[in-house]
Amino acid sequence: MLKTTADGIRRTGQFALDIAEGIGAVAVFLGLTLRHSGTSFQRFSLTLREVFYSGVLSLVIILVSGMFVGMVLGLQGYETLQTYGSAESVGVLVALSLTRELGPVVSALLFASRAGSAITAEIGLMKATEQLSAMEMMAINPMARVVGPRFWGGVLSMPLLTALFIAMGIFGGYVIAVPVIGVDSGAFWSQMQGKVDVGHDVINGMVKSVVFGFAICAIATYQGYSAAPTAEGVSGATTRTVVSSSLAILALDLILTAFMLKG
Amino acid sequence: MNRSALNLWVGIFVIGGFAALLFLAFKVGNAGESSLRDTYSVTAHFDNIGGLKPSAPVKSAGVLVGRVSAIRYDTKKYDAVVTLRLAKAIPFSSDTTASVLTSGILGEQYVGVETGGDPEVLKEGGEITHTQGALVLEKLIGQFFLSKSQESAPPAK
Repeated sequence: MLKTTADGIRRTGQFALDIAEGIGAVAVFLGLTLRHSGTSFQRFSLTLREVFYSGVLSLVIILVSGMFVGMVLGLQGYETLQTYGSAESVGVLVALSLTRELGPVVSALLFASRAGSAITAEIGLMKATEQLSAMEMMAINPMARVVGPRFWGGVLSMPLLTALFIAMGIFGGYVIAVPVIGVDSGAFWSQMQGKVDVGHDVINGMVKSVVFGFAICAIATYQGYSAAPTAEGVSGATTRTVVSSSLAILALDLILTAFMLKG
Repeated sequence: MNRSALNLWVGIFVIGGFAALLFLAFKVGNAGESSLRDTYSVTAHFDNIGGLKPSAPVKSAGVLVGRVSAIRYDTKKYDAVVTLRLAKAIPFSSDTTASVLTSGILGEQYVGVETGGDPEVLKEGGEITHTQGALVLEKLIGQFFLSKSQESAPPAK
């Protein structure tokens, strides 16, 4: 009895140490990436290429999901608000929930699984096929040539994708509320403009998405770079990227929201 | 994928992203309130502000003329001091009345201002002395029942 309890506590301790070690390793790797990111801006075409692969190729999933999320919000919001006789507020509900929470979080989760996993798999496979070692042989630093542009490409794409997600979601909410249900169009937009504050809601949502972008790209490049150079290693690293960046997004969201609502 | 097609797509993506940001700022948010760029601040004391919040609208005749910029508690007079930012284009008289009102039954609270007849106008840092605080529903219901019970009471002989 005592032995199993001690084992349980020991395992919890091990788990906590693993998490702390993982966060530390990602932070050290992020520092290294930032130190070697000069190349990403001097040869900006390298970063632009990664903006294409991370950002442009994620557009379809971001836009379609944003549309669906906005439409569902419109339907659910109308259903609840009409019992209070304030169906016109559905625009406020859709806009506030998208700009403050759902836009940054859902688009970051989608970005982690669509682009983060691709970054990990690409870097991991480069390592497994010894392309990174080959670069080092030619005195090219893979941190500057491979990791930096992928990191900055993702970081630059994330806020733009979030803005598009939110705009698309609000359009989806509009489509459901105004033409389908019949809420007054003028009330929909004017109540939204009255309640959505640019400094407090829109900017805070964008700050969140920038933070999420840094977290996702640091985790994705770290997992790819530290993957075991085998097929299992790469597949495990890809899975870990999606799992730990999703957890990081949700945990960071709680911390950021607590600070933003307080301020 | 060749270079120019890639640049084209990235360009479309970046322009689309910034267009979405502008849409959020001006169509969804309140950045389009151009009339409130030039403002002056005045203060007003209220005995009760109800649920008034900073950045709540200030309206005159239903038109947006300013916003609440700060709310604090006066430790000398034991009441609420509300700082209002009013549009410079509208010169309110120095005997303007300000009251805390509610739009609709469940709506947000705002400050309604009505100008008076004094030829002198409010200036930066001035004070609105004629104010009326928010109505508290519980007090109102209490007064209603009091007056009802007085009405229905049998006349004293």
